[in-house]
Amino acid sequence: MSENSVVVRGLCKQFDGFALDHVSFQVPKGRIVGFIGENGAGKSTTINLILNELKKDGGEIEIFGRDHTDAAVKRETGVVFDQCSFPEVFTARDVERMLSGIYPSWDGKLYQAYLERFGLPLQRAVKHFSKGMKMKLSITCALAHRPRLLILDEATAGLDPVIRDEILDILLDFMQDEEHAVFFSSHITSDIQKIADYVVLIHQGKIVFEEEKDVLLDRYGVLRCGKSMAVEPSDYIVRRETGVSMEYLVKDRQAAERKYPKAVADSASLEDIMLFYIKGDMSCGD
Amino acid sequence: MEILISNRSRKPIYEQICQQIKGQIMDGTLTAGEALPSMRALARDLHISVITVQRAYEDLTRDGFIETVSGKGSFVSAQNREFIQEEQLRIAEELLQKAAEIGRAHGISLERLAGILQLFYEEGDGHV
Repeated sequence: MSENSVVVRGLCKQFDGFALDHVSFQVPKGRIVGFIGENGAGKSTTINLILNELKKDGGEIEIFGRDHTDAAVKRETGVVFDQCSFPEVFTARDVERMLSGIYPSWDGKLYQAYLERFGLPLQRAVKHFSKGMKMKLSITCALAHRPRLLILDEATAGLDPVIRDEILDILLDFMQDEEHAVFFSSHITSDIQKIADYVVLIHQGKIVFEEEKDVLLDRYGVLRCGKSMAVEPSDYIVRRETGVSMEYLVKDRQAAERKYPKAVADSASLEDIMLFYIKGDMSCGD
Repeated sequence: MEILISNRSRKPIYEQICQQIKGQIMDGTLTAGEALPSMRALARDLHISVITVQRAYEDLTRDGFIETVSGKGSFVSAQNREFIQEEQLRIAEELLQKAAEIGRAHGISLERLAGILQLFYEEGDGHV
């Protein structure tokens, strides 16, 4: 009995020249959590650790309240990577034959329904599929064994806006069941800005924040003003200097607007917020 | 039910949803007892977070516009539309009275104030 589908606590992994450093976050049941960060920030490492494809050095990972190495957990988790992992000569029919043997909960009718919805042929080899078709096949397979949790690693990367939108539709369809949850990594912040309920930002192997998306979009803001204007350090999170102005990421846009009427205050997109945290910390050594 | 969301508006999305549903209840488009889409279905249709919809529905429930029956969904309350309108009119009167006083005390003409009111009223039309 758990209100969280995934709980990650103090997760550590040491590589040569890169470390995942005490990563903690949650994926609540019934929610979509977007996992953002630049390439190499540790997104895929975290996902591979959750899936037990990599061995962790320390920390705990629970899925549905059980240890993530539990065999039942694997059956109830659907996974989509950015690369299609099926043999090139396989057709959608072959893929089904293989996967229905692995997953006892395989739903052939659902598989068929998704193939039709996506317009994917049954008899053509995967090597003749476009990148978008391959991704749709991967998602179809992830859903066809009726998982409760869906984990996507950069699933929308390199796809055109129409296909990305179709994929978001599928995820939202999946979320009509409140027992389900989605953990979705991407560096395309606009996709996450649309559908995520919570956002987790990772940078250089550390979690920078874990926050409700609406709070980020409705309350945070970017304050721009001349370099001579003094903004108190307690009023902003990160600042950035440009050639002609200073930019501050503020936690409460409206309060900042009232306090500094001469500055310009805009709402911040997820991309703004991510860039501030990633680029700001370099210029903020003072 | 029709909901139009603006991503460029400074108004948070949950507030936009809340206002539009209120507007449709007040002008009779949505009638008492009518079922609203489930929170998850509306989130899917609008491509937004279910938390955003949840917040809008919570505000509507708090203000007495809708009722949520667990397991069945949310419905338009059987409240008295005229009563709510009466209440809101009273609030608007107070604010207008204040505007009139400021105008009289500082030599701002009635035409000018009326023009501003008209401008605000029509500006809201695009969003509400």
